[in-house]
Amino acid sequence: MEKLILRRVDRNSEEMVLNFGPQHPSTHGVINFIVETDGEVMKRAIPDVGYLHRSIEKIGEVVGYPGFMPFTDRIDYVAAMFANEGYAIAVEKLLKVEVPPRAQWLRAISCELCRIASHLVGVGTMTMDIGAFTPMVHGLREREEINDYIEALCGARLTYNYHRIGGVAFDLPEGWRDKVLAFLDRFDKFLPEFDRLITFNEIYKRRLASVAVISREQAIGYGLVGPNLRGSGVDWDVRRDMPYGAYPHFKFEVPIGKGWAGTVGDCFDRYYVRCLEMAESSKIVRQALETIAQQPEEIMAKVPRNVKPEAGETLSRVESARGEMAYYVVSDGTNKAYRVRARTGSFTAMSVIEDISSGLMVADLVALISSLDVVAPEIDR
Amino acid sequence: MKTRSTHEIHALLVDRFGDAVGPLSEPKIDPFCVVKRERIVEVCRFLKTEPGLELDFLEDLTAIDWPKRNVIEVVYHLLSYTHRHSIVLKVEADRANPVVPTVEGVWKTANWFEREVYDLFGVTFEGHPDLRRIMLPDDWIGHPLRKDYQEAGGYHGLSNVRENPLVELKRLDDAKKAEAAKAAPAAAEPAAKA
Repeated sequence: MEKLILRRVDRNSEEMVLNFGPQHPSTHGVINFIVETDGEVMKRAIPDVGYLHRSIEKIGEVVGYPGFMPFTDRIDYVAAMFANEGYAIAVEKLLKVEVPPRAQWLRAISCELCRIASHLVGVGTMTMDIGAFTPMVHGLREREEINDYIEALCGARLTYNYHRIGGVAFDLPEGWRDKVLAFLDRFDKFLPEFDRLITFNEIYKRRLASVAVISREQAIGYGLVGPNLRGSGVDWDVRRDMPYGAYPHFKFEVPIGKGWAGTVGDCFDRYYVRCLEMAESSKIVRQALETIAQQPEEIMAKVPRNVKPEAGETLSRVESARGEMAYYVVSDGTNKAYRVRARTGSFTAMSVIEDISSGLMVADLVALISSLDVVAPEIDR
Repeated sequence: MKTRSTHEIHALLVDRFGDAVGPLSEPKIDPFCVVKRERIVEVCRFLKTEPGLELDFLEDLTAIDWPKRNVIEVVYHLLSYTHRHSIVLKVEADRANPVVPTVEGVWKTANWFEREVYDLFGVTFEGHPDLRRIMLPDDWIGHPLRKDYQEAGGYHGLSNVRENPLVELKRLDDAKKAEAAKAAPAAAEPAAKA
């Protein structure tokens, strides 16, 4: 890294090389950027990741199939439901286990609530990074309530370990459904309020419009996924285009970036796609809660205690809050996975920064990072 | 949009590249095909640009270590946004000196994926513009995701070895018991005499 820092610094110019992070409030965790600037304008920002690397993939080779589930939570602790779900689906594919419908409904409900919670953190911290503190507090207030419901459902507020290989751990508690429906009624009113509070604020909009534009080609080439990809105008959502679980039964829209404030693929598009997605998730939870009563009571498929899939390999995809999350699991026929690989959205989102940052203002780097909604442990795993 | 099955894509590949593309594996859940190392870039570029295939998204690039067969497999998961079809390619590299040509020129995202594989498996990607470690420090020894990786026992004097806390608790417990046993006979002896 030292070589990287010291190369090409001309002492007679205004050029500087700065460390931005690893402990910086706007890097959303422990990430370092080596920023080459000429005054306020960046030549480039080189992301330096790995501070939170725990080699979770290696742990997956040691602990056995069901034992790995709690570790998946730690891959993305802001949206841990998806990390659970992706891994569960991969192992179910290896075992050729059919998940009971009620469990699929419960998975959809828990995941979509988790998506709302994660996006609230995403857009909330983004407004804070830009300089508006109040919207974040509003966002966190709603997220707290969702955390309460998820806690009632599975006993945990952050690292859920709720999904199991073959189903989910618990059924809905009594009275939960009505409480969540009442919350969603309030939440649907909260979204326009949030828009009035910050989204359409002129200063905020201008701060993000046409900043750090990621073109459609760049987004696909760099493997961006989820809201970052859709912000660049690519109409793709795993839930709709490669459906899994209960999603074929629900109707929802997939919002894509339209250049609302400036150019397609700018920071505002990535931000606003998340706002719109929360409304869609709310719709999905409603539909799921309305139809879950019709599903039989079974919430766990028959899975042997000693999970021992036959040799083979598979890739499972889920649409996480940070985009497509894929688990590539290789089995060699024993009760421990031969290889577990988690492909995460934050990792590829980080790789685009070096390319996009050239010519940006230093202050806009903050907007770029937060608009990509990266979560440090998901980059490093 | 025309979604092709993996078999159709594979047949097109065999038509074009002959025996550089191996047979599709027995469908053990998800099938894959092994591509000759020297041709991987060509094959990838063909898959990305050929009209009707357009596998424009490199979904994942990772590796698997097989010490028994003495190979490291580099795995490419490709997906097409336009046609919604996918294929899995593999390249086998010699474990002692794994070298694979880079596909960074085809998909930009391969840059970081390949750095990760280089870091954790020690595979060198020929022609990669910036092949540095990504997760671990530059001076780390070894490649942790290899099956035979042994921890060096520390990094710059920082130990990463620790006794199991339960062992520690047991030792404290034993010490306490020993002390109690030492005190108890003294108290018990006079009573026994009486």
